[in-house]
Amino acid sequence: MTDNATLWIVIISLGVGSFLLRFTFLGFVGDRPLPEWLLRHLRYTAVAILPALVAPLVVFSGEGGSTDMTRVLAAVATLSVGMWTRNVFAAIGAGAVTLFVLVYAL
Amino acid sequence: MPITTTKSAFWAGVRDGAPFILVAGPFAMLFGVLATEAGLNVFEVMTFSLAVIAGAAQFTALQVMQNEAPTVVVILSALAVNLRVAMYSAALTPYLGRAPLWQRVFAAYLLVDQSYALSHAKFEAVPELTVPQRMAYYFGTCLLVMIFWFGMSYVGAAVGTQLPQDLPLDFALPIAFLSMVAPMVRTLPHLIAATVAVIVGLLAVSVPYSLGLILAGAAGMMAGAQAELQLKGRTP
Repeated sequence: MTDNATLWIVIISLGVGSFLLRFTFLGFVGDRPLPEWLLRHLRYTAVAILPALVAPLVVFSGEGGSTDMTRVLAAVATLSVGMWTRNVFAAIGAGAVTLFVLVYAL
Repeated sequence: MPITTTKSAFWAGVRDGAPFILVAGPFAMLFGVLATEAGLNVFEVMTFSLAVIAGAAQFTALQVMQNEAPTVVVILSALAVNLRVAMYSAALTPYLGRAPLWQRVFAAYLLVDQSYALSHAKFEAVPELTVPQRMAYYFGTCLLVMIFWFGMSYVGAAVGTQLPQDLPLDFALPIAFLSMVAPMVRTLPHLIAATVAVIVGLLAVSVPYSLGLILAGAAGMMAGAQAELQLKGRTP
C-alpha cells in the first residue's frame, strides 16, 4: 500500500474537502438558489463515479487482468437484487452468497 | 407525537434516526476491516472515519490508493463521490441557514445521507417548526448513527487482523459499492449516466494516473444531465 505521509495527506485533505463540500451552501451561500444546470449535474455524480470505479474491478477481476466469472456473477447478483428490492442488505447478501457458493462449493 | 419543544424535537430526531444504525454500522465495520487489510492501523482507521464520515468516499479512497494512483487523483475521486453532500447542504440551507454560525459548522460536519434525508422530509412536512427546533431534530437524527459509525469502525479495525486469510475480501468492496449504487438508479437518466460511466471507465482503464475514473465520472454526469433535459423536453 502507500506510505504513511501519503495516507495522512489523503485523510486530512478528504476531511477538509468533505467539510467544505458540506459547509459551502449552509455556511457561505445562505438562501441564494443554485443554477439549475449545476444541480442537474450534481444529481448524477454518485451514479456515475461509483459504477465507473467498480466496472474495471469486476471485468478485470482475475489473475493478470483476466475475467473471473465467479466475481462477475457475484456482481450481477448484487446489482440485480439491489435494483429489484432497493435494499442494500438484500443486495450485499445476494452478492456475498453467490461469491461464497461459487468460490467454495464449486 | 407533535414536536412542541426543542427537547422533544431532539428526541423525535433520535427516534427517527435509530433504524439507520443498521446501515451505518455494517458499512463502518466493513471499512474498518478493509482498511486494516490494506495496512492501516487502528488510529489511522479511526481518524479517517472521524475526519471524513462518508462511507462511499472512504471506500473509494481506499480502492484508488490500492491502484497506486497519484495522491491528487485519490483525493479528487473520493471528493467526487462525495459531491452529493454539497447538494444536501444546498437543500437544507433554506431551513437551517438562519441558525447561529457555530451550529451550522457542526451541522455541516455531521451532514450525511441519513441526517439529510430525515431532516429534509421533516422540515417539509412540518413547516411551523422554529429554527432551534429544526436544529435540535437534525442533531437528534445524527446521534445514534454517529455513535455506531465510530464504534463499528473501531470494531472492524480491531477484528480486521484476525479474519481467516482465505476469505475473498478483495471483492467485498465492489459488492459494497454495487449495493450502494443499485438503489440510487431510480430513473432512466440515472441508468444512462451509470451505463455511460461504465463504458468510458472500461475504455479508459489504461489512461495514466487513474484519470480514466475522473473522465468516466464526468462523462456519466453529463450523459445523465443531458438525458434528463431531453426527457423533460418530450413530456412538458
